[in-house]
Amino acid sequence: MQDTLAHLKRGEKGIITDVSSNHIPLKLLEMGCLPGNSVELLQVAPFKDPMYLNINGTHLAIRKETAMHIQIEKVSHE
Amino acid sequence: MSKQINVALIGNPNTGKTSVFNALTGLNQKVGNYPGITVEKKQGVCKLPRGVKAHIIDLPGTYSLNASSLDENVVIELLLNKNDKDFPDIAVVVSDVENLKRNLLLFTQIKDLEIPTILVINMADRMRYKGISLDIEYLEEHLQTKIALISTRKNEGIDELKQLISNYKVVSVTPCLNPSNIDKTYFESLEKAFPNQSLYKLWLVITQDVNFGKTDRNEVQAIASFKTKSKADLKRLQQKETIKRYQFINNVLKKGQTIDRSQAKDLRSKLDRVLTHKIFGYLIFFIILLTIFQAIYDWAQIPMEFIDGAFASLGELTKNTLPEGAFTNLIAEGIIPGLGGIVIFIPQIAFLFLFIAVLEESGYMSRVVFLMDRVMRRFGLSGKSVVPLISGTACAIPAIMATRNIESWKERLITILVTPFTTCSARLPVYLIIIELVIPEGRFLGLGYQPLTLMLLYLIGFGTSVFSAWILNKVLKIRSKTFFVVEMPNYKLPLFKNVGLTVLEKTKSFVFGAGKIILAISIVLWFLASYGPGENFNNAENIVKTEFASQNLSQGELQQKIASHKLEHSFIGITGRAIEPAIRPLGYDWKIGIALISSFAAREVFVGTLATIYSVEDDDVDTITNRMAKDTNRITGGKLFTLASGISLLLFYAFAMQCMSTLAIVKKETNTWKWPVLQLIIMTAFAYIVALIAFQFLK
Repeated sequence: MQDTLAHLKRGEKGIITDVSSNHIPLKLLEMGCLPGNSVELLQVAPFKDPMYLNINGTHLAIRKETAMHIQIEKVSHE
Repeated sequence: MSKQINVALIGNPNTGKTSVFNALTGLNQKVGNYPGITVEKKQGVCKLPRGVKAHIIDLPGTYSLNASSLDENVVIELLLNKNDKDFPDIAVVVSDVENLKRNLLLFTQIKDLEIPTILVINMADRMRYKGISLDIEYLEEHLQTKIALISTRKNEGIDELKQLISNYKVVSVTPCLNPSNIDKTYFESLEKAFPNQSLYKLWLVITQDVNFGKTDRNEVQAIASFKTKSKADLKRLQQKETIKRYQFINNVLKKGQTIDRSQAKDLRSKLDRVLTHKIFGYLIFFIILLTIFQAIYDWAQIPMEFIDGAFASLGELTKNTLPEGAFTNLIAEGIIPGLGGIVIFIPQIAFLFLFIAVLEESGYMSRVVFLMDRVMRRFGLSGKSVVPLISGTACAIPAIMATRNIESWKERLITILVTPFTTCSARLPVYLIIIELVIPEGRFLGLGYQPLTLMLLYLIGFGTSVFSAWILNKVLKIRSKTFFVVEMPNYKLPLFKNVGLTVLEKTKSFVFGAGKIILAISIVLWFLASYGPGENFNNAENIVKTEFASQNLSQGELQQKIASHKLEHSFIGITGRAIEPAIRPLGYDWKIGIALISSFAAREVFVGTLATIYSVEDDDVDTITNRMAKDTNRITGGKLFTLASGISLLLFYAFAMQCMSTLAIVKKETNTWKWPVLQLIIMTAFAYIVALIAFQFLK
């Protein structure tokens, strides 16, 4: 099963593989949420929603429902 | 020979664009509105080398030219309209050294409009802490621009920037991206249809029209026939454009920027670990709020007492120096107390604006948005609603404008509708004067009863907004997509200059805005209170003398009785007594009634109105509060301001919709009279019922 951003745990990193553009606002894409870019989950609010991320160097928060539409590949800690 | 050039400052939010604006213009700036819309327009003047004057316009912050809000749309409207008098000779794109990659996206878009564009890289002082180094020469060559590396915090590089602006003619206008790379067939056919026009501009107009439905553009016309793509297709192309732009940027930065992460000192994550913590985060937020309220109450007391006294003596001075007559009375009894009623609240309002400015400038407000989103969503609001609800404590008008960045229409509408419940600064004067009159001075757990009451009123305000949001969320049948993207900027120590200018600007507009209304109303009130029809008013002296002939009243007491009698039978007294039956169950007399009615122009008029009425009645020089404390209820004979009538009044002001400016802004932002009219009726009716219950229980 493909992971989505919503599956990340705090402190984990990943690489964005696909974004379903129908569910993602253009603004988020413009802020760097594009395939190939790295993403790290920095903090979560209670119930893991919203999620505080570092996407490609930009720090931003999005809701879990949006995160579910962003496919990622986890990067394991070596 | 002096010459003026137009400069447009453009940049992402949180890049310090406003600091650059302040550094360039200093106090030579003015804030207005764009015609027809409520977006704030900041302009200023800056002297450049060689006698050139620059007219600088600070455009609203935006992440890209693909506007998604009214504010962002202003940017593109200006940049596409060569005939606009503000059309820039040069665009200055402000970026933040830590977010260069993302900031460059907007830069490449602006550059593609073929306007000479300079790149400002701000916050250069942080490069060392973050291990960033830049090859400016390389970047200038490959971005085909001039770069100013500056630090507004350290005041470095501003002169170099001015130099670059004055040399704008040598800046290249070559675009960064060839639109044909996005989708060959589409753009080739577009080019065939409009051979003489810039492809990127055409493309912007097409995508923007989808969102904003604008028709009139002077340069690019006749597009309507070319909407061959569906909305989803266009969005896919926009995504492709974004990817292309990032490819270009990444290529340039690969050589132009090196980041040594091992050098980076990470204060942000340490602070975030505490400030966005699941428990401590909320605790700290609550403590910050508490501190603010205690501070507003305590610190502002000293200047307030001084202002109060000063206005009382100014009134006396006027009376003693100017020749006796109606005009002197108008000044001493109408205008001075009316204005004093508002000037006295400058310290508190300035403090409130100061705290809000610091919260915003420091980057903390975004953390609050993050913390509160989940909670607020339960009530049909968004985490972003916290910003309007907090800045609503200053004034509902900018707060309602601040809802624009809420992506979902339903969440935004609910926020707009409930924001007027938050305790705005215009309520503050009313609260303070009534609290001082009816709440005892004791202390509870080290906190005074009076500040606690104030805090409670603020909580009631917030509570009611949240509760009514919950109801609206259930009642309103609006389906709208909910998007939520909020940038978490780096923490910054607020710049004194920025905060100072904000406080100055906001306080000034509050005082002058309210001042004008209050001046007009106090003049009208004074006339209505000083003149009256018929025997009862004009022959008051004889009537009172006959009535009290049997009692041995002193001259002073007699004068007092005559003045009261006159006031009661003046035009204003007659009106007031006509409405008295409606407000008597709430514990008010006709004087409060008049103050209530004039409050519908703006709440803070309440104090000014009472001040004017009381000084017409009472010639003694005294502060407003003392006069109010002495007043008695005409019907019961007891004190007018008791705990019961005071609380009832406090609650009425907490809930009633008494601000025409807010109604006007709600109409503008929702584009219909339906919502402001509903707000007016429901809020005021609710206020009446609550005040009624409170008074009947407490009396």
